[in-house]
Amino acid sequence: MNVHSSIYGLVLAGGASRRMHTDKAALIHDGKTQLQHAYELLNKLCERTFISVRDTQTQDAIRASLPQIVDVHNGIGPLAGISAAQKQHPNVAWLVMACDLPFVTEDTLQYLIRHRDTTKLATAFRSTYDGLPEPLCSIWEPVSASRVEEWIASSNKCPRKLLINSTIQLLDSPNQHALDNINTPEEHLQALSTLGSPSISLNVQYFALFREQAGKRSEQLNTVASSPALLYTELQQRYGFKLTMNQLKVAINNEFSDWQTTLKSGDHVAFIPPVAGG
Amino acid sequence: MNTFAFSNAAIDIAALQQTLRDPAAGGYASFEGWVRNHNEGLQVTRLEYEAFEALAIKEADLIIAEAIKKYGVLRAACVHRVGTLEIGDIAVWVGVSSAHRDEAFKACRYIIDEVKHRLPIWKKEHYINGDSGWVNCERCAEASHQLGHAHLHR
Repeated sequence: MNVHSSIYGLVLAGGASRRMHTDKAALIHDGKTQLQHAYELLNKLCERTFISVRDTQTQDAIRASLPQIVDVHNGIGPLAGISAAQKQHPNVAWLVMACDLPFVTEDTLQYLIRHRDTTKLATAFRSTYDGLPEPLCSIWEPVSASRVEEWIASSNKCPRKLLINSTIQLLDSPNQHALDNINTPEEHLQALSTLGSPSISLNVQYFALFREQAGKRSEQLNTVASSPALLYTELQQRYGFKLTMNQLKVAINNEFSDWQTTLKSGDHVAFIPPVAGG
Repeated sequence: MNTFAFSNAAIDIAALQQTLRDPAAGGYASFEGWVRNHNEGLQVTRLEYEAFEALAIKEADLIIAEAIKKYGVLRAACVHRVGTLEIGDIAVWVGVSSAHRDEAFKACRYIIDEVKHRLPIWKKEHYINGDSGWVNCERCAEASHQLGHAHLHR
């Protein structure tokens, strides 16, 4: 009776994350990477689930342990991942989801699957911002493969434009913010607050320009910021710090450290403006 | 062994030089950084130095150990001022003793260069017109533009 092709899941996690200045797939909330969260979510609902990677990413720490489909066409964005998946398993529909959508829940995806129209090329949500289809949380039927290839061969590699110009099932999102993605540290910080992430207590030290702008040498603060990058973003909002992260260094517990280090309660954190000794 | 220190009072160079004495040393090279009365076209009246001392001391000890190893010198030391300095004050002193002069000069140069680049020390200049500014910080504090979605959908 059920003649629908089965659904495999594909997590898109190959992006360069330029605006985040770090690999978005590696961002952590609730103790797991975004990539792992997305993989587990799809795997609950799909027969099999894969992560989409570029050939240079197959061995990296957060990706190596998950089932992968490697892009064939490099440097063209999400369509490369969809195309590679369709080539590997041409008879299934693909539920494609980007790894930077922290508000997508099992309910969101079940809604998408329930309202799937297998007679169309794809089923997608309508963006609550501009009314256009959102390609990065959508189901691509097997029949869409030739359209994807056609699109890759053309000069236009935009998956959204493909959906706009195809016959698809377009759904209103059940929740206005379900498809909000996180492209910037500001959005990530907002996401952590909205998701109710646990806060930690930090001691922050301010020097020189920062000391003057914050009006204090140090302070104890509670925050959901789980990395120096997020903490700095929060402090920029609070104190109007204008120096950008690439102009600064960060120290945790009196050691130079990395912007993506996971902070824990009790850590002493200092941001180091451009130095001028001598 | 404390090879690097901060001082909030004038640097006593004669005393520091004695700590570099070594029977195997054939000489000693030093560098003194002085507060000058101008910078980038502005008349400077005085300076304030501020440091993240805990981190700076660790990093400076690394720099000095690197210099000793790299150039095979006998001893090396550095003292940096913090607080308010007037024109002509010594802001930083570096001293190196070694068997021969060439390594002493090179190690001394290495230490002052690395100190300027790596130590979390900040300098606020006060100008004759009453303005002041943190060197290297004020003029580069411009928000970088963000990369947006690069094309429109029609």
